This record gives sequence, C-alpha cells and structure tokens, in this order.
Amino acid sequence: MSEKVLMKGNEALAEGAIRAGCRFFAGYPITPQNEVPEYMSWRQEEVGGAFVQAESEIAAVNMLYGAAATGTRSMTSSSSPGISLKQEGISYLAGADMPCLIANIMRGGPGLGNIAGAQGDYIQATRGGGNGDYRLIVLAPFSVHELANFPKKAFELAEKYRMPAMILADGILGQMMEGMSFDFDPVEPAALKPACWSIGGARAEGKKRNMVYSYALGEGELEKMVLKRADKYALIERDEVIYEERFTEDAEILVVAYGISARASIEAINIARKKGIKVGLLRPITLWPFPTKRIKELSSKVKCILCPEMSLGQMIVDVKLAVDGKVPVYLHARPGAFFPVAEDIAVAIESALTGKKEQLFDLESLADKATLGCHQPENKPSKEGALL
Amino acid sequence: MNPITHKPKSLVDISTHYCPGCGHSVVHRLIGEVIDELGIQNRTVIVAPVGCAVFADKYFDCDSIQGPHGRGPAIATGIKRAKPDSIVFSYQGDGDLASIGMAEIIHAAARGEKITVIFINNAIYGMTGGQMAPTTLVGQPATTCPKGRNPDLQGYPINVSEMLSQLKSPKYIERVSVDSAPNVIKAKKAIKKAFQNQVDNVGFSFVEVLSICPTNWGVEPIKALDFLREKMMPQYPLGVFKDEGKTQEGK
Repeated sequence: MSEKVLMKGNEALAEGAIRAGCRFFAGYPITPQNEVPEYMSWRQEEVGGAFVQAESEIAAVNMLYGAAATGTRSMTSSSSPGISLKQEGISYLAGADMPCLIANIMRGGPGLGNIAGAQGDYIQATRGGGNGDYRLIVLAPFSVHELANFPKKAFELAEKYRMPAMILADGILGQMMEGMSFDFDPVEPAALKPACWSIGGARAEGKKRNMVYSYALGEGELEKMVLKRADKYALIERDEVIYEERFTEDAEILVVAYGISARASIEAINIARKKGIKVGLLRPITLWPFPTKRIKELSSKVKCILCPEMSLGQMIVDVKLAVDGKVPVYLHARPGAFFPVAEDIAVAIESALTGKKEQLFDLESLADKATLGCHQPENKPSKEGALL
Repeated sequence: MNPITHKPKSLVDISTHYCPGCGHSVVHRLIGEVIDELGIQNRTVIVAPVGCAVFADKYFDCDSIQGPHGRGPAIATGIKRAKPDSIVFSYQGDGDLASIGMAEIIHAAARGEKITVIFINNAIYGMTGGQMAPTTLVGQPATTCPKGRNPDLQGYPINVSEMLSQLKSPKYIERVSVDSAPNVIKAKKAIKKAFQNQVDNVGFSFVEVLSICPTNWGVEPIKALDFLREKMMPQYPLGVFKDEGKTQEGK
C-alpha cells in the first residue's frame, strides 16, 4: 500500500514492475516509452537488479528470454515498431513457456507512423504477433493507477500459466501524469517460490538439468506440445477474464472500449446520459482472454453496440465474434494517433441509436471515396518538428 | 584393464546427429572435458544456436537454452546478468554468429559481457544445406554461389576474431583449429582459458574454431582437412588476437 502521489504513466509502470519483484530489464530507446528504460536504469541498480540497454529491440527481447529462463521476474518494454521487432523473441518465449512481462506503449502506425498514442496493435497483441499458434495474456490499463498496479498481476498470471504476459497501453497513458497509488506491498523476490524449470543451477540443487527450448522435431511431438498449450489457453479463457462495467443495468446501447478510449468513452457516456440516452460501458481489462461471454450476454439486452477505437477497428472483431450478428456493432475510429474526443463519441452513440452516420466508420461510403494510382502524400515538415 | 580415455561426465551418453568427419563432435568433447576439469558442470548453461549445433543442448549434461538464430550472445547476457554465478557459454556457427547475429556478438563483446563464446567457423551454412556464409572463401562454391564466391557480387569473407579485437572490452580472443592432433590440443587449451576467464570473472572470452564440413563442402573428410589447412588458414590465420586476462588487470 502507498499514499497517493502524482506520477507519469511510464514511470509508474516501471516502479510498479520493480515493486512487483522485477529484477531484470532490457530495453531499447523508442518514443513514447523512453521513461521506462530510463527509470529502470537507476532503479534496478538501487534494488540489486540488472538493467541492460540493448543494441536493438531484438537483442532486448532475447536478453529477456535468457533472464526469464533463470526464473527471475524479467521485463522489457517498447512501442509499436519496436514490439514488431520483438515478435521473434516473443514467439520463442511463448514456445518455451517462459513467464515474463512485455509492455507495449502503443504509437501510431504502420511503419514509422508517429509518436502519438494509438491502439493499432490490438490484433498483434491478442493473436500472438509472431510465428506459430500461441497467445499472450494481455492486460489493458486505462489509468496511471492501473499502469502501476498491473505489472504485479501480469507477473502472477504469467507465472501461474507459465507464459509471457503483455501490458498493452498507449502513448497517452505512458506520457500523462495523474494521481496514483500502489495497491500492494513491495514483493521481495527472495520470498517468491523458486521456479522448478529455471536454468543456471538446476543440477546444483541435486536435480537433473533443466532445458529451455521451443522445438519439437519428432513426429507428432510439436502437435502434442501445441495442443497441451491450447488446454492451458482454454483454462485461462474460462478463469481469468477481467472487465469493468458501468451503467449497463438499463442500457439500450453498449459502448465497448479499452484503455484510453474507455476514458474518453466514460466522458461521452456522461454527456449522452445527460441527454437521456441509456448508454452503458463494458471495458475489457484483459484483452486476451476477452470478455466474450459477458458481451454475448449483454448483446441480448441492448439495441446496438459501439466500439470507439484508436485504430481501423481491431477489438471490434472480437466484439462481433461475441455478438454473433445478434445486434449491429458500430465503429468510431480514430486511427491516425489522434486523442479520442468525448464529444465525438457522444455523437457516435446517438448516430448508432438513430441510424445516422455521423462519427461512425462507414465502410460502404469509404469505398466510393477511395483513390488509386500514383499519388504522393503531402509531406511538409511540421512546425514542432518530430521526435522519433 | 584401465581405460586410457573416457567420455566426459558433462556430455550426455548418446550419439550425436553430426555427420561423419564434422568438427562439432570434437569441439563438444573438448568443451565437455574443460567443464569437467574446472568442476563447473552444475552451474554451466549452454546457449544453443540455430544451425547444425541446434541440438547441442541435448548433448551437454548441464542446463540449457535454445534460442533464435544469431541471438545467443543476447540470451547469454540475460542469463549472466540475472544469475551472475552461472557459467554461460554461447555456442554458435558462422551463419548464426557472423551473419544474422553480427549485432548481438559485437555488442555483447563491446559491453564486455562476462560470458564465453565458442564460434565454429566452417565457411558454410551446414544445417540448411550448404549455402554461402559470410565466412565462405573467395572462389569457394556453395549452393547459393554455385560458381564460387565472387567478391564483385558477394564481397569478401569476414574475419570475426580480427574484427572483435578492435574493441576494448573483450579480454580474450583466439582462433584455433581442429584439423590435427596438435591443433586439437591447442584448441582445448584455448577453450579452457575462455572458461577459466569466466570462472575468474575476467571478462568476455571468445574462441573461434576452424572446422570442416565434408558433407556440404562435398569432399571427403581427409581432403576437407587439406582444404582447411591450405585454403582456410591463409584467410583465417590461427593465433591469439587478444589476451588481457588476469595478468594485465593485475589480479
């Protein structure tokens, strides 16, 4: 427990990980997550942990792989393009069943995109992202408070199921300051139960060697390994779903949003409720496992669903799968790394209920507007300049 | 009857998948003997590469981790930093270390990671079937340069030991060969030093081992040894490139 203080999102995330017992961090500079490695560089030294500024995101995630394999609570962080580079290692971590924490402070994409917050990596995070069949436990904070408190939850889930966990936040959350507190007492790593699978001294304890690997070349061996993991995934989908609901008791329309989009949606719901619109919110906190069951239940009670996302519509795929065509599901999309605006979402709520199109993402009309051929995007340098 | 030789305790008693004549088996044995002699089996971790030595993790009776192509030095960094009392060695081939993993080896060396790297240079990609490596000699044929490596198209071979020697941090860099009994004995001495340095917390230690690949070179083992001596050694001269161990540090 701690008193309430003002803290920046990225630093709260780093301190939260330290307090959760994280004693290894490897990272590489990329905006808007730089405060995480910067904080870790001196804080790990203070608590007797290790910090490495890696030569690349690829090296950082492989350092994480090595450190996690020793049974040390280990973490890396990055932002969208860097997380893409880490996918090789994340796939290995999943294939070798290594618990660890990866934080993605999402920015605009694709490519270099820009450095403002975005939610364009939902599919990558929830479907694995690297090669092969695997999942990550994905936690989506929507406040600095949650950024600070989710690392502990993430490490616990990762260790319970022996798999990597991800905290999927965005540049807005990472960069903003707000009041927060830690809801737990600092974890002393020595007090944690040692992992029976860890390397670096298994034989010294009088046991056989431990081997960490993701390959299975014998006939049928890999399928057995992947199916065993699938059983675990089914258990997680049954037992570990976390979400928050607001105003859903009398809702005619349901807003489903996560992270910073949920923050803006809450304000939008306040605006709409003042106008007498019965609107509720379901905020997925675990993006995988997704609250499919609860959204399915709620879809039988509402007229329609709206998904405000800072992407071209990624989480909406999971919502539509849950709803299974029972009610219309609309998208309010801000994919260009723009801050979601409560007033716009409030308009989208009204549009969804009344059959209008304002502030809704309308695929049919977009196709008519599309232009093909040789066109060069306007590329004037902005007055502020761009930090990359 | 007293056996005059025996299998090292730290090697698992199974047959390897290596081709007849391959140098990997020899180097495995040397490492096994060194681990035994230094009494470090219980705290040693092998980082196995992608390449012919991918299953090296099965052959050493010590903790192991198998990682992505070329990333061994990064993985070893993570292990050593998280568990400094472990003895970590990354075992890599030339495709793994000198091509896809060049960034990882240079930066692990530049940081002076207190790890041991055993680098097997046989001038070709073995596991994937004989493609050109960064170490393939000028004129040497490979499946992706069937007419032989052409410097105009593919440039010249990379001499990794010489390159790493330009860095300040590494403490020990030597190139050895396993082509003959005297050279095998020298190779063992070098490997032992590279592990002893880690036991003594000296710093980054690197041994490049010139080795043969009769299968992918398409020649008999005896002729392959001749090729190593006549063609590889002029390009990759044997010797100590750096040795700034305990003496220089005054420990």
